[in-house]
Amino acid sequence: MAGKSKVAICWLGGCGGCDEAVVDINEVILRVVEAFDIVLWPVAFDFKYDHIERMDDGAITLSVINGNVRNADQEEMAKLLRRKSQLVLAFGACACFGGTPGLANLRTKKDIFDWVYRDAPTVVNPEKNYPKTKVSSNGAVLTLPEFYEQVYPLNQIIDVDYYLPGCPPPPDLIVNAFMAVLEGKLPPKGSTLAPHKALCDTCERNKTKPSRIAIRDIKRIHEVEAQSNTCFLAQGILCMGPATRTGCGETCININIPCRGCFGPVEGVKDAGAKYISALASIIDAEEEKDVKRILDKVNDEVGYLYRFSVPASILRKRRVSEVEEQ
Amino acid sequence: MTKKLTINPITRLEGHGKIEIFLDDNGGVKDAYFQVVELRGFERFCLGRPAEEMPRIVPNICGVCPSPHNLASTKALDDLYSVEPTPTAKLIRQLHFNAFYVEDHFIHFFFLSAPDFVLGPDADPADRNIVGLIKKVGPDVGGKVIDIRKRCREIIKLIASKPAHPEGGLPGGVSRGITSEEREWIKETADDTVQFTQVALGLFKDLVLGNKKYLDMVMNEAYKLQTYYMGLVDENRKVNFYEGKIRVVDPKGKEYVTFDPRKYADHMGEWVEPWTYVRLTHLRKLGWNGLIEGEGTSLYRVGPLARLNVADGMATPLAQKEYEQMFDALGGKPSHHTLAFHWARLIETLQAAEDMQRIANDPMLTGKDIRNMNLKLKKVGIGCVEAARGTLIHHYETDGQGLITKVNLIVATQQNAAPICLSVKKAASEYIKNGEVKEGMLNRVEMAFRPYDPCLACATHALLGETPLEVIIRDSTGKTVRTLKRP
Repeated sequence: MAGKSKVAICWLGGCGGCDEAVVDINEVILRVVEAFDIVLWPVAFDFKYDHIERMDDGAITLSVINGNVRNADQEEMAKLLRRKSQLVLAFGACACFGGTPGLANLRTKKDIFDWVYRDAPTVVNPEKNYPKTKVSSNGAVLTLPEFYEQVYPLNQIIDVDYYLPGCPPPPDLIVNAFMAVLEGKLPPKGSTLAPHKALCDTCERNKTKPSRIAIRDIKRIHEVEAQSNTCFLAQGILCMGPATRTGCGETCININIPCRGCFGPVEGVKDAGAKYISALASIIDAEEEKDVKRILDKVNDEVGYLYRFSVPASILRKRRVSEVEEQ
Repeated sequence: MTKKLTINPITRLEGHGKIEIFLDDNGGVKDAYFQVVELRGFERFCLGRPAEEMPRIVPNICGVCPSPHNLASTKALDDLYSVEPTPTAKLIRQLHFNAFYVEDHFIHFFFLSAPDFVLGPDADPADRNIVGLIKKVGPDVGGKVIDIRKRCREIIKLIASKPAHPEGGLPGGVSRGITSEEREWIKETADDTVQFTQVALGLFKDLVLGNKKYLDMVMNEAYKLQTYYMGLVDENRKVNFYEGKIRVVDPKGKEYVTFDPRKYADHMGEWVEPWTYVRLTHLRKLGWNGLIEGEGTSLYRVGPLARLNVADGMATPLAQKEYEQMFDALGGKPSHHTLAFHWARLIETLQAAEDMQRIANDPMLTGKDIRNMNLKLKKVGIGCVEAARGTLIHHYETDGQGLITKVNLIVATQQNAAPICLSVKKAASEYIKNGEVKEGMLNRVEMAFRPYDPCLACATHALLGETPLEVIIRDSTGKTVRTLKRP
């Protein structure tokens, strides 16, 4: 094993889809396994937590971390891997921006617990139990990691060297990332290992996009039968293409549904939502303020459209639902 | 002095999990806890979202099993908007679902289950994995598994964008149709899958039925658990993954209840324990009777064996033959033998493959009418499918604009969470006596929870590995007295 670069692949608060995506590079995965010494991959190998702890700091060349941070165990694991690794790659939308579970930052921990353990229609909880970090049951002491008040993207917990967005990242970009590390051809620290352009720039439908889009009505995806070759925005259907980084392979567009932004903002833009609002404002075809309002009222879930994958990394970061409602 | 054994981490489905085993004063197993240590709060953060966006959000609940969430959500939208999908749309959804069943069940079977049987439960863990399996059965089988997984995931991609996060799914339909050209390779995939599933079943049966030692192991008390069972059945009471009524049978196999999935809250209760983030599902009308099996239990199991136990048979001819053979070998229905989940899983794969063939040959598949636009919002929608790991319910309520005001989800693994505790306890009890932990305990505990498929089934595990297991034996002060680990 000597001489091979050590790689750790680890999953924090995520769904497992990013691990599936690594396997979806199919034949190439075997080459990756051969080329690297994989020191940690909980789903693939014996879990060597102690083994990682015993390693020298910086002994791991690359840690590929997917998922966000929502509890104490995840924070501990993220910090351990940071200490032991030369490079950390935030892998997938959850690690990069918080992901869809980051939408939970609009609600409190208490709100979540009250519903899940008290108010949901199927809950049977006469003893009013809530999960506890430490509890005695039948003479035995059991522990659970603390559930945090909010979701954090990886870079709010540890220093991150590179980002690979997507829900999940596509096979070609995964292969490129591994190869870049192997060949030592990495871009400057802080780079996103994906194209710099916007999705619209690579979208097939861009060819049919009118030179100036002017929409008088916004339609929700269930209300219309979308044309399969026409720009969604030109049809009045919200598509996050203008503000979203490309690189996904346009797989959603290919099944005739609009982009929801899993690749995060385009290069140089910090907040995809703000960027999108300016793009949207420029295509609204209305003179009167009341008409503008009527059209924009159809964007009935600003957070869910503009920040579906990125609340914890956005300017919203953490706003309680009450604060949002007050606005 | 209470000793404590910790197995961490062991599972991936609803997040991370661990198993804690406690010993009593005599050194026997006193209790076993399967703990889910993560919570993400989908039921709350989906509030305010437009309902039609839900099938695009909920796949993030589980990236290993995302298609069932996408489809349960889509069906909840059908109900919410009082709309039936067009015949073509329904075929496309079912094609997606069958392709998912095949790849998910196969990966589980070949990468997790088969090594136990082909190489034996006491084989060196270094060999007791897919690599060892391929050495024994030949590279052709291994290559074919990877090939079929890839092709089934291509079908999912064609219909639903990304296999790890399917998108699309609209009330009354689907977002994209199937062309005649695409039908051709779908057909080929379906045919190959039917053929190869039969090979896989043959392999399994040769091993189990041809070797008394293995059949004895399947029938062993350590791997038996007497519970109720739950699953969807069609109008002929045959196994159905996509739709039907929920049927529950008691531990003796007698029907306990059959109900419309919309009535789920009358029948399913979720008990809260302070030691786990997952709610423990039970039959609500029987009340929570704790972690017990047999007489007086209110626990039920879901998943492949449960579905076969509640149904009168399979919906396709080849699978039906296998079904009959399995229950003959196991001594009738219901079967409480947890290891038979593996066998049931292969029989289900065959039904999914045969059904994929039916769909691939249906002239309606390439129809243009993929959306029923006759939507009438009724503000409540409940969708139910059989996820690979068991019954799955999505329940949404909305305001007059179709914005979500309430979400309740019942997912497969939470329903098996309490039975997993019991299965682990029984298996561990056989191997821990008088405080002595016999070699092979890890394997046996692993084999006890593996049939439930706690999502280590993903191919990652598969390519290289072993279920990651670590058992720490601690005294009551928390001091480690012994550590057992995979080499």
